[in-house]
Amino acid sequence: MNQKRKIRILVAKPGLDGHDRGARIIARTYRDAGFEVVYSGLHQTPEEVVQAAIQEDVDMIGLSSLAGAHMYLFPRVVELLHEKGADDIVVCGGGIFPEEDIPKLKKAGIKELFTPGTPLDKVVKWVEENVKPRG
Amino acid sequence: MFTKESIEKIDVENKKWQQVYNKSVAKTPERLTRFSSVSDHPVQNLYTPLDIKDLDYSNDIGFPNQYPFTRGVQPSMYRGRLWTMRMFAGLGSAKDTNKRFHLLVNEGQTGLSTAFDMPTLMGYDTDSPKSVGECGRCGVAIDTLKDMEILFEGLPIDRITTSMTINPPAAVMWAMYIAMAEKRGIRREAIGGTIQNDMLKEFIAQKTFMCPPKPSMRLITDTVEFATKEVPRWNPISISGYHIREAGSTAVQELAFTLADGIAYVEAALERGLAVDSFAPRLSFFFNSHIDFFEEIAKYRAARRMWAKIMSERFKAKDQRSMWLRFHTQTAGCSLTAQQPYNNVIRTSLEALAAVLGGTQSLHTNSLDEVLALPTEEAATIALRTQQIIAEESGVANTIDPLGGSFYIERLTKDMEEEAFEYIKKIDDMGGMVAAIERNYPQLEIADAAYKYQKQIDSKEKTVVGVNKYVTEEEIPVEILQIEAELEEKQIQWTNQVKDTRDNKKVKNALEKLGESAQRDDNLMHPIIDAVKEYATEQEICDVFREVFGVYRDPGVY
Repeated sequence: MNQKRKIRILVAKPGLDGHDRGARIIARTYRDAGFEVVYSGLHQTPEEVVQAAIQEDVDMIGLSSLAGAHMYLFPRVVELLHEKGADDIVVCGGGIFPEEDIPKLKKAGIKELFTPGTPLDKVVKWVEENVKPRG
Repeated sequence: MFTKESIEKIDVENKKWQQVYNKSVAKTPERLTRFSSVSDHPVQNLYTPLDIKDLDYSNDIGFPNQYPFTRGVQPSMYRGRLWTMRMFAGLGSAKDTNKRFHLLVNEGQTGLSTAFDMPTLMGYDTDSPKSVGECGRCGVAIDTLKDMEILFEGLPIDRITTSMTINPPAAVMWAMYIAMAEKRGIRREAIGGTIQNDMLKEFIAQKTFMCPPKPSMRLITDTVEFATKEVPRWNPISISGYHIREAGSTAVQELAFTLADGIAYVEAALERGLAVDSFAPRLSFFFNSHIDFFEEIAKYRAARRMWAKIMSERFKAKDQRSMWLRFHTQTAGCSLTAQQPYNNVIRTSLEALAAVLGGTQSLHTNSLDEVLALPTEEAATIALRTQQIIAEESGVANTIDPLGGSFYIERLTKDMEEEAFEYIKKIDDMGGMVAAIERNYPQLEIADAAYKYQKQIDSKEKTVVGVNKYVTEEEIPVEILQIEAELEEKQIQWTNQVKDTRDNKKVKNALEKLGESAQRDDNLMHPIIDAVKEYATEQEICDVFREVFGVYRDPGVY
């Protein structure tokens, strides 16, 4: 029985931002690529995102933000994962970010950031290369 | 419009011409394997009288200001008065936004339009745990009437109209605006403007939520009733397709779902006992202008004709103004690209031109940097200048509906009308828009269209310049507007200061009265105005609604 477990991903929308077109397209894309996908729905606090990630035993969290609050919300998710001892869950982000925020977010532990215009196959390939089923 | 003989003759000639065309493309093949609009509507090689032979000029197209209003609602359209140039603005604090408003008015803008930050849009104060990191980021932060007073300080609100883009707490922001005007000695009968107040499209697309659909409809109907009786120059709902399109719908879906939302609001007001012609003239609309030029123009023309038919045939309106579909347009934010951002000026120009050729009543043109952040003053000014060039240099505003009668435009207008009416029938069969939303029907239709479009971009079936074609390595950087980091702290302190100086006993009483009214069937506008005048915060009022009506949660379908 060496069938590999599928990669499990939580696509999450932290904060009050309601722009979910990107998040929902990404959720479908991951699903069609053969990953197991959980979509959080809108208006989640970072605490709720992390709780869902642990409960659903995911390997990766994809955060989406288009309304400017990413500098608080994204690092906060990483911080909470650390507090819960779930550092091995990979966090990446997508949305609209000023250029200068990207290195800051990476330094805060967001492994990769995708901006508008990224082809979907690139997003999928990144998961295949950077995320492995945990444990 | 054509005699039987002339159609027969054209038919013969057209068949001959198609043979010529086929020979030509046999030698030099067509550029694309399939021609279609951005919404994937197929496009023929040529349109002729054959495509519109079943249309009747008087019944289907007619004259401006005459039923079915295909060519426009006003008799003189832009020869009389140009559309209102209304730039959406909101950033940081009330004071910051007030400064931007003054700039825009000084540069020739003719109406105000307010963008609020996320906490304000969702009915939370800046100091709520839900608001951390959001203050002033995508619009202005408003917690109390004090902020509203500062926001409009020195602006001639008795002369220019104000639009406020806000939905779940629209009644609260409107109450603050009314109270602010009255404090300045301007009566509520004299103020003019629009609140978006369209919750149905929030559930469908934009997704700022507070209470479930049914109590949301009650609150909206309260505002319609109150406007009809006490604020006659106000548009209490701006029935919006803009966000439906931004969420990824096709043009036909935007048209159909918006008008279906409109039908639901009319039905709710009729149930309340209002006479159709007492409120329908104050319903206004808001559409997107996407990049597919002709499709957009046809969409506006179809929208006018459809709404006229709906109001006259379905709701038996008698007043022509009830049948007018008056609309605001915003160019498509989702068509802009972060790559090569200066190209966005050209996209916005084309989209603005389509809106004008479609007969819009007011227009917002996006700034080139809006895909990255809130616009800088320079970028916002270029966007306004775009409208001024279209209005005063290009000559397109000199005659009414200049594309009316175009074989392609008329065929496309008819196609979109027919397809949109099919959607409306489907929604009627489900029991109306509220029931359709509860089944996630429009949400999933839009998600399908958005996913399909993204795939077409990825496969390069659809071109986006700078994204999947003509890509450059070197990007020209643009200046980005920064919101000061201390703003959130300052705003919290400021609101605390307001809370310290108000009469908290009176606030408590006002909120209790509001709660009691909410549990009965009273119109809630009066108790909301009473509460804001005591400087109750936005969230204190919205918490009453959340407690009495419950909280809506995103079903998270994708």
